[in-house]
Amino acid sequence: MPHDHHTEPPSDLELRVKSLESLLVEKGLVNPEALNEIIDTYENKVGPMNGARVVAKAWSDPEFKEWLLRDATAAVKSLGYVGRQGEHLQVAENTPKIHNLVVCTLCSCYPWTVLGLPPAWYKSAPYRSRAVSEPRAVLAEFGTVLEQQVNIRVWDSTSEVRYLVLPLRPTGTDGWSEERLSHLVSRNSMIGVELARDTEAVDT
Amino acid sequence: MNNSAHDLGGRSGMGPINPEAEEQEPVFHTEWERRVFGITMAAGMLGKWNIDEARHARERQEEADYLRHSYYQNWLVGLEALLLESGLVTAQELQNCEANSANPPPSDLRIPNPEDAKKILHRGGPANLPSQTEPLFKTGDSVSVAERNSSGHTRVPAYAQGVAGRINAYRGFHIFPDKSAHGSHQGEHLYSVVFSANALWEPGAENTEVFVDMWQPYLQRVGS
Repeated sequence: MPHDHHTEPPSDLELRVKSLESLLVEKGLVNPEALNEIIDTYENKVGPMNGARVVAKAWSDPEFKEWLLRDATAAVKSLGYVGRQGEHLQVAENTPKIHNLVVCTLCSCYPWTVLGLPPAWYKSAPYRSRAVSEPRAVLAEFGTVLEQQVNIRVWDSTSEVRYLVLPLRPTGTDGWSEERLSHLVSRNSMIGVELARDTEAVDT
Repeated sequence: MNNSAHDLGGRSGMGPINPEAEEQEPVFHTEWERRVFGITMAAGMLGKWNIDEARHARERQEEADYLRHSYYQNWLVGLEALLLESGLVTAQELQNCEANSANPPPSDLRIPNPEDAKKILHRGGPANLPSQTEPLFKTGDSVSVAERNSSGHTRVPAYAQGVAGRINAYRGFHIFPDKSAHGSHQGEHLYSVVFSANALWEPGAENTEVFVDMWQPYLQRVGS
């Protein structure tokens, strides 16, 4: 695993967390079943498959795409994805001339309703510091190299507005169903650090 | 000028990103991260603080501590501060890991059960408010970002302060974090402002623009 100094916490930290949880439950401030419900929601129910469905529909349905770019909050709601950290959505469309990249330099703002919780790197100091000042170098670290004439738009999520990238539809996907297309939509392509997967990534 | 440790945009020396492969990364890397996330969300549902106060609680640490801590450690520090400041938990209770019957939860406090929690997550918390005023700026206007000379929570990144940009879009009348983090619930007009990388950085990146959401008090008109 890459330099992940997050994964080996001192054991006193584990104890501190356990004690705090016990205290909150003992005081009746936290219902343990509600706690499990919250964790289960974000660990198992909400995730990038939601966003992938939004993107695949936008690739397939021009009217939905037009709605998504005009009023992403309403268009995404129509697919049933609503809730925390998805109250105000904006979709940024990639084109052959424009590539979009999303960051939150101040904390970790991220569109939970369509992508779930952010990956560790999205919340890390290297990504948060560099995505705005050297996006091409950041993209290169994800293996994404764009032609020099492609314009880069970086979206710094400083308000409660959450950003989702609509990646370019890969070539060679004419006639694909939305379901099949959705497998090409990686989480990273909706943050903008990668392009959508190419067709070889999907079993035919 | 830097606001504080969390204001990372454009800082140098942070090193490579080294992302974990998407297919391999779990939502939580350890059990304690999972629990910190859960208790932070659950305690937030008690309604004793808002999202801006929660962010501010994480940001109020010493710069060295904020940067040294992992992400969920900063959440833990913030949660402990909020619990103490709201009076829900006393320093003694936190220290002894034991509830003191002399400090029961407020009798009017509603503790969400699993169904309530589900509803709260589903409902979300929109940040827009009804507005009594017209926005001062319109799309295309040239603006510059005011230099900040006050302390406290803000969402204007240091890298954009003093820099000229253009209004890209109007986003609505949203709760103003600079006030909300200090207990005052009021709105301000919110805009998407676009800056060329050449204006922000030296040397600026080629054909790159940075879009930042900014509340009206952060902005000044440029020209006439």
